[in-house]
Amino acid sequence: MTARTLYDKLWSAHVVREYDNGLALVYIDRHLIHEVTSPQAFEGLRLAGRTPWRRAANLAVSDHNVPTVHRECIEDPISRLQLETLDANCAVYEIRQFKIHDLRQGIVHVIGPEQGFSLPGTTVVCGDSHTSTHGALAALAFGIGTSEVEHVLATQCLQLTKSRNMLVRVNGRLAPPVTAKDLVLYIIGRIGTAGGTGYTIEFAGEAVQALSMEGRMTVCNMAIEAGARSGLIAVDDKTIGYVAQRPFAPRGPLFEQAVAAWRDLHSDPGSSFDRVVEIEAAGIKPQVSWGTSPEMVVAVDARVPAPEGDAVKRDGMRRALAYMDLEAGTPITAIHIDKVFIGSCTNSRIEDLRAAAEVARGRRLAPNIKQALVVPGSGLVKQEAEREGLDRVFIEAGFEWREPGCSMCLGMNPDRLSPGERCASTSNRNFEGRQGQGGRTHLVSPAMAAAAAIAGHFVDVREL
Amino acid sequence: MEPFRNLCGIVVPLDRANVDTDAIMPKQFLKAIGRTGFGPNLFDEWRYLDRGEPGQDCSQRPLNPDFVLNDARYWGARVFLARDNFGCGSSREHAVWALLDYGIRCVIAPSFAEIFYSNCCKNGLLAIRLPAEVMDRLFSEVLSNPGYALTIDLAGQAVAMPDGQLLHFEIDPGIKRRLLLGLDDIAMTMQSAEDIRRFEVRRRAEASWLFPE
Repeated sequence: MTARTLYDKLWSAHVVREYDNGLALVYIDRHLIHEVTSPQAFEGLRLAGRTPWRRAANLAVSDHNVPTVHRECIEDPISRLQLETLDANCAVYEIRQFKIHDLRQGIVHVIGPEQGFSLPGTTVVCGDSHTSTHGALAALAFGIGTSEVEHVLATQCLQLTKSRNMLVRVNGRLAPPVTAKDLVLYIIGRIGTAGGTGYTIEFAGEAVQALSMEGRMTVCNMAIEAGARSGLIAVDDKTIGYVAQRPFAPRGPLFEQAVAAWRDLHSDPGSSFDRVVEIEAAGIKPQVSWGTSPEMVVAVDARVPAPEGDAVKRDGMRRALAYMDLEAGTPITAIHIDKVFIGSCTNSRIEDLRAAAEVARGRRLAPNIKQALVVPGSGLVKQEAEREGLDRVFIEAGFEWREPGCSMCLGMNPDRLSPGERCASTSNRNFEGRQGQGGRTHLVSPAMAAAAAIAGHFVDVREL
Repeated sequence: MEPFRNLCGIVVPLDRANVDTDAIMPKQFLKAIGRTGFGPNLFDEWRYLDRGEPGQDCSQRPLNPDFVLNDARYWGARVFLARDNFGCGSSREHAVWALLDYGIRCVIAPSFAEIFYSNCCKNGLLAIRLPAEVMDRLFSEVLSNPGYALTIDLAGQAVAMPDGQLLHFEIDPGIKRRLLLGLDDIAMTMQSAEDIRRFEVRRRAEASWLFPE
């Protein structure tokens, strides 16, 4: 049998039928639903008189629009209507939902793996581009639009064209305290924000194998920032250890049977990729984005770059410098910040909070920091962090300890930047206005965000 | 979905690469639960000088005179020129709904982000890829010729320039057919309902842990 990539295996295991024009009908095992991209899908279903194909394949949660304080009543009537619409749709269509006061509520890409709802070897979709996160479990996971949400609800399938295969092999080991976030920012800086367009990226190599499951989720989460709809990492003992005993994961003999199948979820030796990128881990330093695209990123000991390249690129860099109010040549460590955000589907898992707390322990926010938020990824992450006393560490250092949700990653709820404010953020997008109109976002790891909160400007976490 | 019809439309150029869907449709407008009415907030943060919030009367808001949509020569545009990686970032289909609601029927760029491209196809917004050097030429022509219009012929896979010159474009035949006929993807998939059921029976036998119900 010919050697196949992990992506080829996942793809062929889910093809229901092929059409004659290169399109395939692909079966979807797991569908995650949230309040922002689903109302119009449910409405479409209702207007067409259709019903969900397979209710048990769906799990719904509100995360994008929920407040992270005072959740007993949601003041914004437009937000409230959207949250109530999800509740009503889940009730009418009998879809399992974690409501806002459920301990299991949280960011959809945190709770999927946490609950064992996303499993190795599955196809996982959600009306959110960061669905690539679940690829850390060797699941074929990708974001979809609202029309496709409706399509999955109605048919449990999607019409798709197969992507090409890309391998990003990270040789050697990351030098602690360099993290998964630094690694993925570095990769995006190397291949560019459209470098993975049309591909599914498999991340492999010693440095990727050495990452925890949380770290692997951080890497796959940002595959979309390199343009790839899906990121993947092969199954190993860590994957299986992570999934074991999760609430929705199989148990007993069924688990053993599943594990036997999951052991094949890797690219065969000699399988061929359409593109291979080799990265050396040892030289990677903590990363800080300087511009308005995740590819505009440099090491913390570098300087803000000068515009370069072709006319369109130079123009983009000039525009980014102006928006970010930065001058080329400024050392990254000379950039002062106003706010800090630790959270998002990229970096709100327990390991992220531990790394940030380690830096914050026994220290205080710098006087120029107007606000520093810590927003756990789920109620269960929050509970575990509190059990470990991390909430006290943050609060004593001057951070605010919030309820779970997407929060200031996209600022749909009241957690936002004001015009001109500069933020060290553990999220995934530094687009213009992303965290609030006129806000300026620098993407960093949780440890780097905490260190910037203490110093008031970016500092090299390796020198603390 | 409405079938795509050939059109001749005013062209509006947005000359920057990596335009993301946060810029096309800012987050505060995603709280809506319908599909319509997003047009006045298309590119809200670039288009207006004040802070945009849902429910405003946009006709009363101060316009940013430097933003291309506010230039009177491009009013009524139905064809949109963009640069590489247009529509990157968030999967929000609201970005496509906003372009359509504004009146745009065709976006031309050297490349598109995947989810955005897929969302265009599902809504009858034609996304055409043309090589970067052809795009350079179109950008320069539209800037130097007020009232510049392009004719889009999907069946013939051609963009006609005002001088009659034809620019051929490639498009997946399946996508082309669905756009031309305005086909409903779900209805098409439903024709394979028996295949889906058979697949589920087989998958349940091979991987029963995926079917706890």
